[in-house]
Amino acid sequence: MKFSEQWLREWVSPQLSTQAMADQITMAGLEVDAVEAVAASFSGVVVAEVLTKEKHPDADKLNVCTVNDGSDEPVQVVCGAANVDIGQKIPFAQVGGVLPGDFKIKKAKLRGVESRGMICSASELGLEEETSPGILVLPESAPVGVDFREFMHLDDMTIEVDLTPNRGDCLSIKGLAREVGVLNRLAVNEPADEPVTAEIEDTFTVNIEAPEKCPRYVGRVIKGVDVKAETPLWMVERLRRSGVRSIDPVVDITNYVMLELGQPLHAFDRDNLSGNIIVRLAQSGEQLTLLDGQKVALRPETLVIADQAGPLAMAGIMGGENSGVSESTETIFLESAFFTPLAIAGQARSYGLHTDASHRFERGVDPELASSAIERATRLLIDICGGQAGPLTECKSDADMPAPSTILLREARLESALSKKLASDDVTDILKRLGLDVTQKAEGWLVVAPSWRFDVAIEEDLIEEIARIHGYNNLPVRRPAARLALRSADEATLTHAQLRRQMVARGFQEAVTYSFVAPELQAALLPDAVSPVLANPISADLSVMRASLFPGLVRAMEHNLNRQQTRVRLFETGLVFNGELDQLSQVPMMGALACGSRETEGWSGSKERIDFYDLKGDLESLLGLGGNLDAWRFEPAEHPALHPGQSAEILFNGEHAGWIGTLHPRVRATLGLKVDAVLFEVRLDTLSQGKIPAFEALSRYPEVRRDLAFIIKDEVPVQALLDCAREKAGDYLKDIKLFDVYAGKGVAEAHKSIALGLTWQHPSRTLNDEEINQLVDNIVTQVRVQLEAELRG
Amino acid sequence: MDHLPTLVSEARDAIQAAHDVSALEELRVRYLGKKGEVTALLKGLGKLSAEERPAAGERINQAKQTLASEIDAKRQQLENTALNERLAAERIDVTLPGRGQAEGGLHPVTRTLERIEGLFTRIGYDVAVGPEIEDDYHNFEALNIPAHHPARGMADTFYFDATRLLRTHTSPVQVRTMKNGELPLRIVCPGRVYRSDSDLTHTPMFHQVEGLLVDEGVSFADLKGTIEDFLQAFFERDDLSVRFRPSYFPFTEPSAEVDIQCVMCSGKGCRVCSHSGWLEVMGCGMVHPEVFRHSGIDTERYTGFAFGMGAERLAMLRYGVNDLRLFFENDLRFLRQFA
Repeated sequence: MKFSEQWLREWVSPQLSTQAMADQITMAGLEVDAVEAVAASFSGVVVAEVLTKEKHPDADKLNVCTVNDGSDEPVQVVCGAANVDIGQKIPFAQVGGVLPGDFKIKKAKLRGVESRGMICSASELGLEEETSPGILVLPESAPVGVDFREFMHLDDMTIEVDLTPNRGDCLSIKGLAREVGVLNRLAVNEPADEPVTAEIEDTFTVNIEAPEKCPRYVGRVIKGVDVKAETPLWMVERLRRSGVRSIDPVVDITNYVMLELGQPLHAFDRDNLSGNIIVRLAQSGEQLTLLDGQKVALRPETLVIADQAGPLAMAGIMGGENSGVSESTETIFLESAFFTPLAIAGQARSYGLHTDASHRFERGVDPELASSAIERATRLLIDICGGQAGPLTECKSDADMPAPSTILLREARLESALSKKLASDDVTDILKRLGLDVTQKAEGWLVVAPSWRFDVAIEEDLIEEIARIHGYNNLPVRRPAARLALRSADEATLTHAQLRRQMVARGFQEAVTYSFVAPELQAALLPDAVSPVLANPISADLSVMRASLFPGLVRAMEHNLNRQQTRVRLFETGLVFNGELDQLSQVPMMGALACGSRETEGWSGSKERIDFYDLKGDLESLLGLGGNLDAWRFEPAEHPALHPGQSAEILFNGEHAGWIGTLHPRVRATLGLKVDAVLFEVRLDTLSQGKIPAFEALSRYPEVRRDLAFIIKDEVPVQALLDCAREKAGDYLKDIKLFDVYAGKGVAEAHKSIALGLTWQHPSRTLNDEEINQLVDNIVTQVRVQLEAELRG
Repeated sequence: MDHLPTLVSEARDAIQAAHDVSALEELRVRYLGKKGEVTALLKGLGKLSAEERPAAGERINQAKQTLASEIDAKRQQLENTALNERLAAERIDVTLPGRGQAEGGLHPVTRTLERIEGLFTRIGYDVAVGPEIEDDYHNFEALNIPAHHPARGMADTFYFDATRLLRTHTSPVQVRTMKNGELPLRIVCPGRVYRSDSDLTHTPMFHQVEGLLVDEGVSFADLKGTIEDFLQAFFERDDLSVRFRPSYFPFTEPSAEVDIQCVMCSGKGCRVCSHSGWLEVMGCGMVHPEVFRHSGIDTERYTGFAFGMGAERLAMLRYGVNDLRLFFENDLRFLRQFA
């Protein structure tokens, strides 16, 4: 809400500078966003009268005028505006004056004719954003020679407040004045208006069919209105300073009253109404062409103002094109109604609309305001456009009017809530100035909330009001007290922070990518993924929830590769979303991606590129962090994003926990990626499951080691060999080391040689050769039978 | 016997001339070994008379000791020389970078979240998390934001269907925690939140930390104290001015926005604070009784406060980042600055 400081000060004027007042209302919860001068700075402009006007001898579009600017002699000036005329009062920039933009007025010759000054348009004076079509014509009463700034009261500020949705009551000068009055403990002077006496009998019948949505409707017929009258300059200026453009006098007056009092009004052309006004819900199939020319299909939950012929206006939101006031209108039917917040809330937005009226009705317009606002508007209309008013017609459903809240504010509760005892008189004064009806009780104050405060319903609301007006920063500060309670901590669980730190220690940078990704990207990586799709995405690129961390990581890699970063190591933690909404899983994952050289470029390292085993090593360092490495397995398996020969499913205690592999060459090609990348992602809940160390006594007896090299078929995974060996190695096997993998000369085609070092140790005696030999034999036999592998000769 | 001085003199010359330890060892054998020349003289003592013997023996032993110590000294010298040569040969350039270094780093938002969590968990808050795809009830209804409430317009929501949405704040975690939590309750809820807004100063996803404390006798003063302490601790500025402005959140009453004295210009006024000297950093308030009612908490017995802040905003102020969008581009040149 924007308003003119001068306008507000007519109602209440504290002895504060503009900035101090802005700060004060900000600190009362009405946040001031901007304080700006209502006009750019200019000088040397006075009110003048056009005395003569003649065509310029050498230019069709120019006139040579003389003006009386209050000095002794008439001043000759060349003017290009079409609307300049003899007798007009105009703003005149004298020689030596400076217009906005540091434009200095000098004596000049235009096509050979001397011009000593300039007749100004509104835009040249910075009073209008758009270029004005002609010079600004002032009222006849404007006094010649008076400084224009003074005449227009331009030494004023526009203050813009960003109101929270609970403060609909401050969407008017009246409401703001009430706040400023309370804050400064000043009385507020509302301009007094006598009700307009009805001069004609004309009325128009109103029927409310939806009283729960429209408990009150006040209307009035005004006849003989001159809609071509001009809106007075003072009103145009006040509207402008409130950010509202002048349209025509009727619209301007309704806007003015809305800004002044907070009551949205609507004017119908009486002659376009048939039968009577009906306030009802729209019927399905009904359509309405709005004032802005837009044709909408009305939905049945929308409240409309209708007549016998059909809907005329969307109640509390926007009028219709056909029933509105036009240039030919002579008789007006003025509407001042109370639509309940619930009736309007969400409606405008559902049609893609947002108007000053809907903004106010959604937040709550004072239901008691309808009559005084229509009186005020009538007075202004008659003053400006002439005409005669009929009597007020009021339809009201008392049962549906909002019941004022009666609330008990307990003194003890107020004190404990704020940790401060406030003087009882101060509390009473604040409540009364806020417009509450206050009765002092033994326990505190029994109050009735005013009709304009839709946000005051419970004790806490009153506590906030007191705190707010007293000043939050004048309230005490203390530290909460609590019992020191030790809680048990799960030692086996690794925190996400620990896991992240491990990735950092392995040289990875943490990424944070959007949880929604481009559908094409996700489909390229995970063609079978099903994940929720946003109904209203910010863009198609960010429209589907990620089913994996891979899309985001790949996108981040691409971003970096495109910026001369050749070695990318990224990890991310976050939720991935799988399934339809009704069977949705939202699982926290840890994902990582690496590409480029194994080591950073340097003087000593190899230039080799990373491969599967590098990233697997990084992953194993995570898996081993909790001391639970044995619970993890890697099974060869295929994943659509991964190279089928270089991918593994990751199992934790036999359950699926994630994937690791090299990016599939086809996926790479689809995505246009220039380099190979290795990725993994693992469920964070499994990564977090470490175990508590269990001590095992150290044996005093010697270890026995035997090295065995097997020739096995290429396709047999080493894991199978290790499993066989472990199975037959007996209870005292301490360790298996895989110390060589070899294929080539000396090993048959499509075979590989795997060398294992097995170590045994008994806790309480020395193991003898015979028993070790027996175990080795068992292993060799098992490996031969199960894997068709032989000891290397 | 008479040639003893000559022998000693020859031996000493030879010892001094030795070039390495093995040559020295040869000399030791030659003179002092079992069959050595000096040893031979000792053996020849028997030929002397009993009167001559002690004095002669004494001389020979002295010569022996002299040579032995000269050999030892020479050995020491040779060994030192050899070691020094080796050390000189093994000199490396210690200014070359170490091998295999490749430090990674946490994302600045994580770094910020961890710091915030740390400050609160150290005084007894727990960390709670929750789902990001939420339902209308937890994101709005239970937080006293009924359908069509104008406050719904405060956060432009991403919807999946009529009731399911991406959470617009981490407050639903509070609702979930209050429902199954025991009292008193102290939690912070960090996490991703989503609003359909994208421009210079808004990204459709960002991070929030919400805090909640529920206990008997909690007042607005406790809230003010907690927030002041937090902000001063976060920015490591004991003298940081903090102010509370009345505001509105449907789930708190009274509600406040919190401003800090601009950390860029110390309140003098700059571009970052729009020349106001103040920066809005978080929102907070006393838990609205309606929210307690949804969780079945006795509002006469318990009161509490809640607060919420944007992690990116705090990270920007803390580290001087001037473009919000950088947080989600994952440009290594940006990320590495926070290692």
